[in-house]
Amino acid sequence: MNPLARRRIGRIALNAAGVAVFLFAVFPVYWMVATAFKPNDQIFTTSFIPFPSPASMDHVQRVFTKGVGELPIWQYLLNSAVVALSAVVLGAVFALLAATAVARFRFRFRTSFLILLLIVQMVPAEALLIPLFTMVKRIGLYDQLLGLIVINVGLTLPFSVWMLRTFVAAVPKELEEASWIDGAGRFTTFWRVLFPLVAPGLVATSIFAFITTWNEFVFALTLINDQGKYTMPVALKFFVGQRSTDWGGIMAASTLMTIPVLVFFLLVQRRMVSGLVAGAVKG
Amino acid sequence: MTQTSTLARGGADTSAPSRRSRKRARGSGLSPKSVPYVLLLPGFLVIAVLLLYPMYQMVEMSFHKVGLRQIKAVNPAPAEFVGLDNYESVLGSPLFWSSLRNTVVFALVTVALTLVLGTLVGVLLNKLGRKMSTFVVVGIMAAWATPPTAQAIVWKWLFDSDAGVVNWMLNLLPDWLSQLLFGRSDWSGQPWFNDTSTLYFVLIVAVVWASFPFIAVSVLAGLKSIPSELYEAAKMDGSSALSTFRRITFPLLKPVFSVLVVLSIIWDFKVFTQLYLLAGGTTNRDAFNLSLWSYAEAFGGSAPKLGLGAAIAVVLTVILLLITLVYVRQIVKTEDDIR
Repeated sequence: MNPLARRRIGRIALNAAGVAVFLFAVFPVYWMVATAFKPNDQIFTTSFIPFPSPASMDHVQRVFTKGVGELPIWQYLLNSAVVALSAVVLGAVFALLAATAVARFRFRFRTSFLILLLIVQMVPAEALLIPLFTMVKRIGLYDQLLGLIVINVGLTLPFSVWMLRTFVAAVPKELEEASWIDGAGRFTTFWRVLFPLVAPGLVATSIFAFITTWNEFVFALTLINDQGKYTMPVALKFFVGQRSTDWGGIMAASTLMTIPVLVFFLLVQRRMVSGLVAGAVKG
Repeated sequence: MTQTSTLARGGADTSAPSRRSRKRARGSGLSPKSVPYVLLLPGFLVIAVLLLYPMYQMVEMSFHKVGLRQIKAVNPAPAEFVGLDNYESVLGSPLFWSSLRNTVVFALVTVALTLVLGTLVGVLLNKLGRKMSTFVVVGIMAAWATPPTAQAIVWKWLFDSDAGVVNWMLNLLPDWLSQLLFGRSDWSGQPWFNDTSTLYFVLIVAVVWASFPFIAVSVLAGLKSIPSELYEAAKMDGSSALSTFRRITFPLLKPVFSVLVVLSIIWDFKVFTQLYLLAGGTTNRDAFNLSLWSYAEAFGGSAPKLGLGAAIAVVLTVILLLITLVYVRQIVKTEDDIR
């Protein structure tokens, strides 16, 4: 076999492997969406029906009009959005201040703080569920969205600081020095020079925190009792009955929950990777 | 640098220069030394109150008997100190060994599979053309972006005994092959969630599916950062593909791999959401891992045993810290700015 033919076969094999990986990754997601648009007789069948034919809007309509549990699905989406957005905004402020401190200054406890950030990330959040539950009960935040917001700020903050510090460090110091020489104060310099340049990194970090909070299940399950305050991941349990599961409905709701995350992911995936393995990858 | 006057440019919106110049040395009235501490304070307080104090509380609770009467909002009863009783119950329970086994075996298998598959896909992405690689990246993003609750639900559906695609696919296999591989040829109605081993098999598939994309994209980023001259030199020396990987790619990507191994261990050791949903809550005790067992003792029954749950959580945390602290040192070494 001549080398040219061998190279061509190699190319084809590589592309075939690429297609196989793509299919393995996408099929379950596709199946979730496809099931949401199938009438029940196409869902509960032992044969394989690749596409909904004909597509039916039954489940989607039912989820939107009849509601989930006792409430319309909008209520759960709204709860999820309120918790995630509030936690992100609060967390972003704290994270930006702390990241500026460790990336721009050399001070006594800097190294200890960075190592602390690493170690708290090693402790499983699930293990802190019990003490946080009693704490939230004691201060009267049980069954409140506020309690969930506060907890999520705590859960996402160490990672946000860790990720954000690389973005702050990447802004050249000379720019701030020039602003100083121009006579701007510390705050003005921060606001006019550093902030705009860190903004893309802050957006990426915030989106990561948003996704984490949006998907959070264990704390939302444990700290909220009132149906009206359920977040989306917890509200999915309304589709699971004692004897049967409403597969069409749960797939429609899951798809709805996945869409915003997927959009965000495609927007920031590159930055997120550089933030996640910061330092290890000089990307 | 050219000398610029202290008159601020576009000066209309700034205060008088004379006041500026006096202030400049002192920023906003803080001594320069205290600035980083002031910046750090809010974040540190959040971490202290929401993470460090609960860690202490977790250990504290594990030595006490904490039940419904102790967690009432209105005048709760004081928790009774019981010393090591909770730990004795944990270590003496038959559930301990099954939960530990489930935790460790699941984590080992899943971390290994995720890293191998993720690395292979990362290398593949690096070799593919621009268009094709973008196409595959978008595809694996879909798996990565699916929320854990949705992951569990979709895989539960794919492995459904009657209408699941997996049983349908297994039935497509030629009978002799299926017999040879699995000792059976008819998969119709095969239940996957009644048995702990098959339930964990589905869990492994679901978690590997959701976590290999992150490994792949990270490995790809690492590969892109290796200078191509090294590979050209290796080619000139007639090095084989395998030895190029062993001598150039792997050593240079070692720091990346060590971070990825730690992150994977942390994620897979304490997997909760997917297991909780696949096992259908806390009724199936055989399927517990340490996370789910801790949750079940504290919140699963009518008589919550928070102290016992905390003791299990302490055991889980200690095991995890022992494994990962080795790697924290590695990360501290590779990060040039932690010094």
